[in-house]
Parts: sequence; C-alpha cells; structure tokens
Amino acid sequence: MRFGRACLVALALAFGLALGVANAQAVSLDDAITHFTADDFDETLIGVNEVVASGSSRAETIIGALQNGQLMFSAEKKAVYIQDAAGQLVDAATGQPAGGPPPDDLDSVHLNNRLRGAIDAAMGQLTLLSRDPERRYQAAQAVFKSRAATALPTLEKAIAQETDGRVKVALEQARAAILLTTPGTSEADKLKAIATVRDRGDQDALGLLADIPAHETPVVAKAASDAIAAIQTRLAEWDAVQNLWYGLSLGSVLLLAAIGLAITFGVMGVINMAHGEMVMLGAYVTYVVQEIIRNNAPALFDYSLAIAIPLAFVFAGCVGILIERCIIRFLYGRPLETLLATWGLSLILQQAVRTVFGPNNREVGNPSFMSGAFDLGGITVTYNRLWIICFALAVFVALLGLLRYTRFGLEMRAVTQNRAMAASMGIRTSRVDALTFGLGSAIAGIAGVALSQIDNVSPNLGQSYIIDSFMVVVFGGVGNLWGTFVGSFVLGVANKFLEPFAGAVLGKIAILILIILFIQKRPRGLFALKGRAVEA
Amino acid sequence: MSSHILIRSLDRSATVFLITVAVIAIAVPVLNLAVPQSSDFHIPTYLVALFGKYLCYAILALSIDLIWGYCGILSLGQSAFFALGGYAMGMYLMRQIGTRGVYANPILPDFMVFLNWKELPYSWYGFQHFPYAALMVVLVPGVLAFVFGWLAFRSRVTGVYLSIITQALTYALMLGFFRNNFGFGGNNGLTDFKDILGFNVEAETTRAALFSITCVALMLGLLVCRAVVTSKFGKVLIAIRDAEARVRFLGYRVESYKVLVFTLSACMAGIAGALYVPQIGIINPSEFAPGNSIEAVIWVAVGGRGTLVGAAVGAILANYAKTYFTSGVLAPYWLFMLGGLFIGVTLLLPRGIIGSLHHWTALRRARISAAAEEGVAAPPPEPQPAE
Repeated sequence: MRFGRACLVALALAFGLALGVANAQAVSLDDAITHFTADDFDETLIGVNEVVASGSSRAETIIGALQNGQLMFSAEKKAVYIQDAAGQLVDAATGQPAGGPPPDDLDSVHLNNRLRGAIDAAMGQLTLLSRDPERRYQAAQAVFKSRAATALPTLEKAIAQETDGRVKVALEQARAAILLTTPGTSEADKLKAIATVRDRGDQDALGLLADIPAHETPVVAKAASDAIAAIQTRLAEWDAVQNLWYGLSLGSVLLLAAIGLAITFGVMGVINMAHGEMVMLGAYVTYVVQEIIRNNAPALFDYSLAIAIPLAFVFAGCVGILIERCIIRFLYGRPLETLLATWGLSLILQQAVRTVFGPNNREVGNPSFMSGAFDLGGITVTYNRLWIICFALAVFVALLGLLRYTRFGLEMRAVTQNRAMAASMGIRTSRVDALTFGLGSAIAGIAGVALSQIDNVSPNLGQSYIIDSFMVVVFGGVGNLWGTFVGSFVLGVANKFLEPFAGAVLGKIAILILIILFIQKRPRGLFALKGRAVEA
Repeated sequence: MSSHILIRSLDRSATVFLITVAVIAIAVPVLNLAVPQSSDFHIPTYLVALFGKYLCYAILALSIDLIWGYCGILSLGQSAFFALGGYAMGMYLMRQIGTRGVYANPILPDFMVFLNWKELPYSWYGFQHFPYAALMVVLVPGVLAFVFGWLAFRSRVTGVYLSIITQALTYALMLGFFRNNFGFGGNNGLTDFKDILGFNVEAETTRAALFSITCVALMLGLLVCRAVVTSKFGKVLIAIRDAEARVRFLGYRVESYKVLVFTLSACMAGIAGALYVPQIGIINPSEFAPGNSIEAVIWVAVGGRGTLVGAAVGAILANYAKTYFTSGVLAPYWLFMLGGLFIGVTLLLPRGIIGSLHHWTALRRARISAAAEEGVAAPPPEPQPAE
C-alpha cells in the first residue's frame, strides 16, 4: 500500500517537473489548485508548479498566500480559499468571497523547507513581469539565488521588455546563473554568463561560480576560476572599506567620549574618572526627554534628539561646574588625589542613577531620520552611525572655533600653556578652571545623547568608554584638540582592522600593548605641548 | 649589621603593629581550635578565613604604600600583580586535585578536559611542584613589573599618565584571562581546590595555619618595607617623590630606583595574592578588574599614605566596613558610602588615620618643647583656649 503510494507520488512528481521544465501546455488553474487539497507535501509541490505554469493572473496572489500561510483548503469540498487578515475567506481561483459558513475541515496548506524553496523560486518567476521595477528587481535576485531552470522562458521575456537599467542587469545576471547551472548550454554562452556573474562580484556570485561542475571544458573552468579570483580580490577590497567605515564610526564615538576629557586634562592636569558618568547622564537625559515626548506629544518624537542635545549640554555642564566648585577646586596640584576623588564620585553617580532608574537597560528609540541603512557599493551604511560621525565632526569643529575665536578660548589656551603667567596677566584662572570643567562635562553630556542611539543606556554606560577614552588622550597627547582627533580615529580604525585577525578581545589587548610601546617613543602623546612649562 | 637595620627600621607605630599582629597570629588559631564552640571566646572558622582575607589585602595595601607613599608612583594596576600571584598559587592547587576532579583526569584540570584539550599547555608545566609554584608567585609579577616599569619609567611616564597605563595593563590582562583559550580557566577561573602541601584546604587546622602564615607574611612585609624606606635607598625614593627632576640633576638614575621599588612592590602583591587564593578557594579574572586596584589605593589613603602601618590598618578597616555594610540592610547604600569615602578622605583627611595621628603627636610634642624652651626665658603664658 505504502509502496504503491510512494510510486504514485514519484510519478506525479516526475510529471510535475516535466511540466515545469517544458512549461508547455497551459494547465487550467482549477485543476492546478486541487493539488493543494491533498494535504501532502509532494502534491503541494506539483500544485505550486502547475499554478505557475497556468499563467493565470491569480497565480501570484495564490502563491503569495501559500507563502504567508493564508492559503486554506477543505479536503471534503475539494475547495481552496485564501483567508485575508480579517479572517474572511475568498475563493482562491476566482477571487470572489466564499459564501456560506466556512467548511468544518478548513485547514491551512502545510509547508516544509523544500516547499518553501520552491515557493520562493515560483514567486521569483511570477513577479518577474510585475509592473513595479522594485518587485522585478527582487524577483530577479530570487531567481539568481534559486537558479530554477523553469524561470528561463519568463526571464527571456522579461529581459526583452525591460527598460530599467538596474533591473535589466539583475535579470541578465539571473539568466546567467541559470545558464551556468543547466546542462547543455554552449561554451560561448557559458563564458558570457561567467563574465556577467563576475561583474556582479558579491558573495552570491562567488557561491554560484564555486558550484560550477568540475567536468566543464578547460576553457570554462579556467574562466570560472579567474572570475572567482577576481571576485575574491574585489570582496577583500570591500572588506577593507567596510573595516575602514566601522573604524571611522568607532573613532567618532571615541572622539565624542574623549574630547571633553582631553580639555579638562589639558587645562587642569586633572583626570576626571567620572567623565564616563557624564556621558551616562547625557544618555539618561535623552531617555527622560523621549519618555516625556512619548507620553505627551508623540508627534515631536523626531525632534527628541534636537531637544535632548541642549538639555544634556546644560545639565551635564552644570553638574560639572558643581563638581569643580565642591570637590576638585580643593585638590589642585594633587592630580592623583583628584583621580581618586573623581573615581569615588563616579561610584556615587552610578549608584544614584541605578537607584532612580533601576539597573536595567532603558529603551531609547531612534528618530526616523536615524533608522535604516543604505548600500554603498559593497557595504551597508546605517544612518545612525553616519549621523554620529557628522555630529562628532560638528562638535569638534565647534570646539576648535570656540578655542580659537572666543575670549574664553584664548584664556583657556593661556592657562593650559602657562598657568602662573596667565594669572599674572589678569586671567581669573579659577573661573577658567570651573568653566573648562563645565565645558568638558557638557561635551560628555552631548556625547551621551549620541551614544544613546547606538549603545545600551544603563548605569554602566560610562564605564565601557572610560578606559578607551583615556587611551585616546594618552595616545593623542593634550597639546591641542587635533591630538584627540587623530588619536581617536587612528585607534578606532586600528581596532577594527585588528579585529578580523585577532578577534575583538585580542585586538584590544594588542592596541593596549601598541600604545605602551608607542609612548616609549613619544611619552607625551602624538601632539605634545612643547615648552618649559610642560615638565612642571 | 642585620640587627642594626632592624633597630633602625622599627619606630613606635611599627613596633606596636608588629606586636599586635604577632599576638593575633597566635591567639586567633588558639581561640579557633582549642576553645570549645560553646565558649564565648571561640572564634568561628568563617571569621578566621574572613580575617585571613583582610590580612592578604593588608599586604597588598603595604605594597601600594611602598610605591605611592614613598616614591609617588600611583599604580592602578596593583591588583594585576595580586591576581597573577593568585593564579600561580591556583595552578599549583589545581594540579594537586589529580584524579579527584569531576573527570578524574590525573594530569589535566577539569576545565581543560571540558574544553576537550588533550595535552597540558606549556604554561602549566612544573606547577605540580610547590617550590616551582612558589617561585612563580614572586617571579611572574616581578618580571612583568620589571619589564613594564622599565619601559614606562625609562620614557619618563609619570603621574596620571602612569596611573592610566597601569590601569590599561590590568584591564588588558582581565580581558585576556576571561578568554577560554588563554588556558587559565576563562570566566570561571580556578576553583575546587583539595590539598595544599598534602593538607586539606577545607580543614580548620589548615585554615588556622594559613591565617598564621599570612600574619607572619604581613609582619615580614612591613619589616622589609620599613627597612627599605629607612635606608639610603629609601631616602632617594622620598626625594624622587618630592622633586624628581632635582634628583635626576643630582646624578641619580631615577628610573633604576623606580623600577627596583616597583618590582619589589609587585612581588609583595604577588605573595599577597598567593596567600589569598587558598583561603578564599577561588581565583577568577574579576580579580584583575581596574576597580579593585583603585579600591586598594583608597585603603591606603584611609589609613594614611606614606605610613606603611596605616596602609595595613586602612585595608583591614575598609574591608571590615565593606563586609559589615554589604551584608546588612544598608547594602544598597554601600556604593554611596564607598564613593563618599573616596571623596571624604581625599578632601578632609588627606593624611589618613595613622598619618593624622602622627601629625597630631608631632604637633603636640613641638608645642610642649616650645613651651619648655619659653618657660626658661619668660614667665609662663596665659593658658590657651582649646583649639
């Protein structure tokens, strides 16, 4: 009994495949969809192929419903329905609403992985002729991956009438993929196909070329291996670009986190261990702003960051000035003690935030202009990373301008270079100190706004950046802001280029060792202050 | 000669401290082992282990005070040396488990069997011998400190720069030890110890003995530090702390002095770690955490920087407070208190407890001697109102 059934299935399958390959006689849609009522995977496969072969305008809807699990059948009535999102049944073949109560034995058509593959390929074929260029493009990609030989006639038709350049290329690549994997293609066609695939040049193309059977003629085999080599080179180049991009992204984050630290360290010689906590406070300001907007004016959500940035700047700045007035002011000339006191302060701030907001990560959303991504050549660029790079550069430029063109900047530079002389010239150094510390903290605060977009907002947020920021400051030196700028980007890029070879952790260790060796050559960093006052 | 050094290095507070520790070294094991449990004087075993831990921290604090208090080197990586010493001891203890582990492998520790390793890594060779392990306890931190210090001090990395670099060092080590393929147990570290030198580590007698040994180590550590800082070498160290450039111009090789004292301090920290591990029963990479080093520095600040005895006292007091507060209802506030301690000590009590005591006695003595001198020449002045 079972054996007989298996034979039948095999026969039916062979029949179905033959149908598919030949794509010859148009089966009627009604006959095709009755296969779905058998509740058997092999029957369903035949059904899928026949529905495609029928060339009916309903085919796309039916296969789509099958893909989404909305295709229902009743074995008793031999009827097939599509259930829409509201639960209404429509007749699959006609698209008319099914009258009367739903049948008792209504069930969805079951799928397995093999079927899903076949459905994807079928959808690919069906949408090749769609009106929407984007759908045609997607369909071409699907066919490229499935390499279903059944799609070839449709593909030829689609290429002939295609007007959109990008879609046409994709369609031709899909055709090349089919030609390469079907037996009986002429050598010249194969060579042409290899050239087409080679121009595509991504991982999928590589996989396709690697699948070319070994028994090909030497010319084809050579062309394939050449193409593989060419694609691999291309991919390696794009990998490097990708690493560079990630490195720049990390560098911009480091720049944001370290630049405030560099200012305070440069002017006051104070290492602020609570700097990371200022970043954290900025991130929590963003969280609070977004919460208020969510509850009161959801329409303003896209402006939440624009609101959070000045608030974080002012809030963190005020906290900074408060810290300077209450603690650091009493510890000048004792940098090591300042380090300890600010460490204690960081513990208190962390625990305070933990008490108020809880120890868990808080949800901070991306405004619409910061979510999503786009493809640039072989890499994917996410908008939030892109915006953070722009933001870091903007902050850097603004700070450069502040130091260069304002009176406060002038006083700050004077105090950095020679505190005693600056004081003799009538600069109120203690006021400069307080404002500098406030400025450094405020920049940390807006860095927190940016970091809330790419990192978890938790009380430990600051801790994860503080050691890296120190490394930037040590590496770049505190002579001027360019040191921090170069330091962050060099460390960011170096980190990302080391990661693929050494792994994330060993990469980090390697960076630390390199910095230790680097300060052998330049103990005061890349851009050191020069002059007599430095050693004191 | 040796007695001369001994006498010179013993001032009053050091003597008092040494005698106290010696009494504790004898009294605690006796009260733990010989006094019946029903007695009020009985000290439970968990307290012995707890105070043993404090004493190890006291040795660590001594090693920090030696370089920070007397040479101005603020190392935020001292816990790295502590943990390395601990790992060396832990590796010896792991090799002693033998076939009693879960997988009963006579050579490979459990975690290696678990990771499906076939052979013992080279770094583990020789650790079944106690003398070799004991040598490594001192040698590994010492060599690391020597190389690191030589690189850092030679290029005149000082002050906060040095602090940050040492912090990065311990951070890098922590990341490394967290990795399984580093070969030291990864995340879980080394634990499940059975024997030390043939004695069961869990036994009360072993614990009491370890406690006494830790007391002795602390006394020796204090003596060594006192001997160093009261010698001519120590005078140069203090001079470096106060005016490094001037010492260099006077013709001293500052970096040699610094490297030497840094290495000595790292060895002491390693010994402290080695004594810590058998008493606690575990060593894992979180001992490398940069926060631990900074906390150890604050013990020194609490007790009094540059007093040695103060460092040890500060470590014991701060850790007792930590145990007391983190186990009670005040636990959520402990980090506030710790943070407050950092700020309060640096702002209000910059000399620390012992340092302030020294300062007040010195002031009083100066006032008395000044009064005595004036008393000869002039009539006694009006009694001053109390300050």
